[in-house]
Amino acid sequence: MTSARRLAVLLAALAVLGGGAGGYATWAAHRDPAPARVADGGLRPGRLMFRTATGRVAGVPLGAPSAAPVAAGPACDRFSTAGGTSICLVAGRGTLAGTDAVILDRSMRETRRITLAGIPNRARMSPSGRMASWTVFVTGDSYSRSGFSTWTGILDTRTGYAVTNIEDIPLTLDGRRYHSPDVNYWGVTFAPDDNRFYATVSTRGKTYLVEGDYGRWRARTLRENAECPSLSSDGTRLVFKKRVSSDPDRMWRLHLLELSTMRETPLAETASVDDQVAWLDGRTVMYAKGRDVWSVPADGSGAPAVLVRSASSPVAFP
Amino acid sequence: MYISASRAADGTRPRPRLSLAVPANVLALGVVSLVTDISSEMVTAVLPLYLTLFLGLSPLQFGLLDGLSFGVTALVRLAGGALADRGQRHKLVAGAGYGLSALSRPVLLAAGGSVGALGAVIAADRIGKGLRTAPRDALISLSAPPGELGRAFGTHRAMDTCGALLGPPAAFAVLTLTGGAYDAVFTTSFCVAVLGVLLLALYVRDRPAPPVDRRSAASPRAVLGLLRDPSFRRVCAVATALGLVTVGDAFVYLLLQRSGGVGPASFPLLPVGTAAVYLLLAVPAGRLADRVGRVPVFLAGHAALAAAYLVLLGPGWLWPVLALQGVFYAATDGVLMAVAGPMLPAHLRGSGLALLQTGQAASRLVSSVLFGALWTAWGSTPGLAVMAAGLAVCVPGAWFAMRRRA
Repeated sequence: MTSARRLAVLLAALAVLGGGAGGYATWAAHRDPAPARVADGGLRPGRLMFRTATGRVAGVPLGAPSAAPVAAGPACDRFSTAGGTSICLVAGRGTLAGTDAVILDRSMRETRRITLAGIPNRARMSPSGRMASWTVFVTGDSYSRSGFSTWTGILDTRTGYAVTNIEDIPLTLDGRRYHSPDVNYWGVTFAPDDNRFYATVSTRGKTYLVEGDYGRWRARTLRENAECPSLSSDGTRLVFKKRVSSDPDRMWRLHLLELSTMRETPLAETASVDDQVAWLDGRTVMYAKGRDVWSVPADGSGAPAVLVRSASSPVAFP
Repeated sequence: MYISASRAADGTRPRPRLSLAVPANVLALGVVSLVTDISSEMVTAVLPLYLTLFLGLSPLQFGLLDGLSFGVTALVRLAGGALADRGQRHKLVAGAGYGLSALSRPVLLAAGGSVGALGAVIAADRIGKGLRTAPRDALISLSAPPGELGRAFGTHRAMDTCGALLGPPAAFAVLTLTGGAYDAVFTTSFCVAVLGVLLLALYVRDRPAPPVDRRSAASPRAVLGLLRDPSFRRVCAVATALGLVTVGDAFVYLLLQRSGGVGPASFPLLPVGTAAVYLLLAVPAGRLADRVGRVPVFLAGHAALAAAYLVLLGPGWLWPVLALQGVFYAATDGVLMAVAGPMLPAHLRGSGLALLQTGQAASRLVSSVLFGALWTAWGSTPGLAVMAAGLAVCVPGAWFAMRRRA
């Protein structure tokens, strides 16, 4: 092929490929109609809050979860609220994958924004609304090929003090002080005293349930194989994900753990759930499964049932 | 025997030419790599977001996908080298690798949320990458005069890194402009990848070995037989030994972050700093290697790495560590190929380079396991000190081993 013909082929291909990519992107940008503005319902007691399919925070009356959702806040990738303070994790739209942890007050106005690396994963408020915690995960980039690691942070909204990665907390594993470069924490849940918390730590391919002391800044493992704990409002029980299979489609089963006896009970939900559950009331937990929010009794009885269609990040605001 | 490579430069001592010209084939391969890296880094940058936030996979499932297959890529790389050597079809095999990666983009959308299908797509992309690496490097080494291989590889690596740096901003620009349409990112990436394949087809030429050399096919036995050549065996041994005392980048960034100078939001930018220095220095380092000898530059690169560890052990300054890591890559990655290329008969060039790359990659994998164990047992500082001490022993040892032969 002569160089002139090669150039002609190249220019033609550039036009076709450039036009194809540009045309597709233009079409993709306009295929979803702009979401209609909905009157803001704000954050009021007696509501069940969640993310809608578009990502916006919305709420329904706690007693009528099938009612039409009323938009109540900004778009988030993870959301939680308690005691009048909310946390909203938003994946950044910058030049790199990043996440903002946004703290919102009772009227859903932003009061604090913490810029983080990584991808939103978990968000929780302590029952009083004082302690906010979140987990993002940071992936190895193509230069390092390290897989992923999680970064879990805790913000004391009263003092404004934020720890963006709690993995330097002194850890006692099976009774011994433990050091390893591969410790990762995720899924924090706070007790009503705003000090005691539970979380998952992973190291060397195993996960453990840890109990942390925020004030003394230390943590110890309680048992193996427990992820994403969620503490009941009275602080006596928690529901967690137990790894039951290596099949990626059937990996976890939700279990209840009595903290006084450390006895575990499988819940009636048999499908694999990858979520940090939330307590709907003292007897029921709720979680995202597929595209919907489901609920199931927290004592192993009953059966799972759809609570809200097309929703995620459920949280009760009694 | 590295001196055969540097003989043109050292033996007759021609004045280094002022011309910046690089053989057209090397430039063409550089452009293909640049374009392809834009395409593949676009996907790499948004894939975690797409899999977890859009498809709802858990980080663990993502980790399973992401951790796929060092073993597969190593085997594929060896196969790619051997296939390309057999019948001297470097361009064809490299093109198949580029094409396979390109085709994996649209299939990514079709895979939906099925972990198995996604795994297959990601594996296909990596098989494509493994397949094309050795034939591409063999073509570079066959396309430039032996005395200018350092510059040729430096130019290629600089263009390659440039593409890798452009990919993520391109992906996030598409994502922002389309209001979060991942399919638009994959479609754009596919179009860019097709352009890369087309550029290869139009502008890259095969460099078949002279017919005399084609008698022995690239059988596994012939490839392993390359190790009977003492000089190539020595290069493989040195590269593998040095790989064992090289701390993985991920650990270095983690240590930098822990030493406190890096905000959580800027953590993902650390590799960009290293890559930028690599990009700037790849060509000068290659030219220097052509002039003063490739082995000294290769070893000096490892000395820079040892210096990076010392800075990390001491004051923990951010920029010097990133810059020294960049120097390390600039002085070693392409330069090693330039060291080894001329030692290998042209008809086994791809297989030999694949063997060397695989040995080095395997030893780096072992080293990261090793360093993780050291960290767990003794803590990060003693672990890093051990690796620095290992470099301090291995670099002079390597110098002695390769010099004695000369």
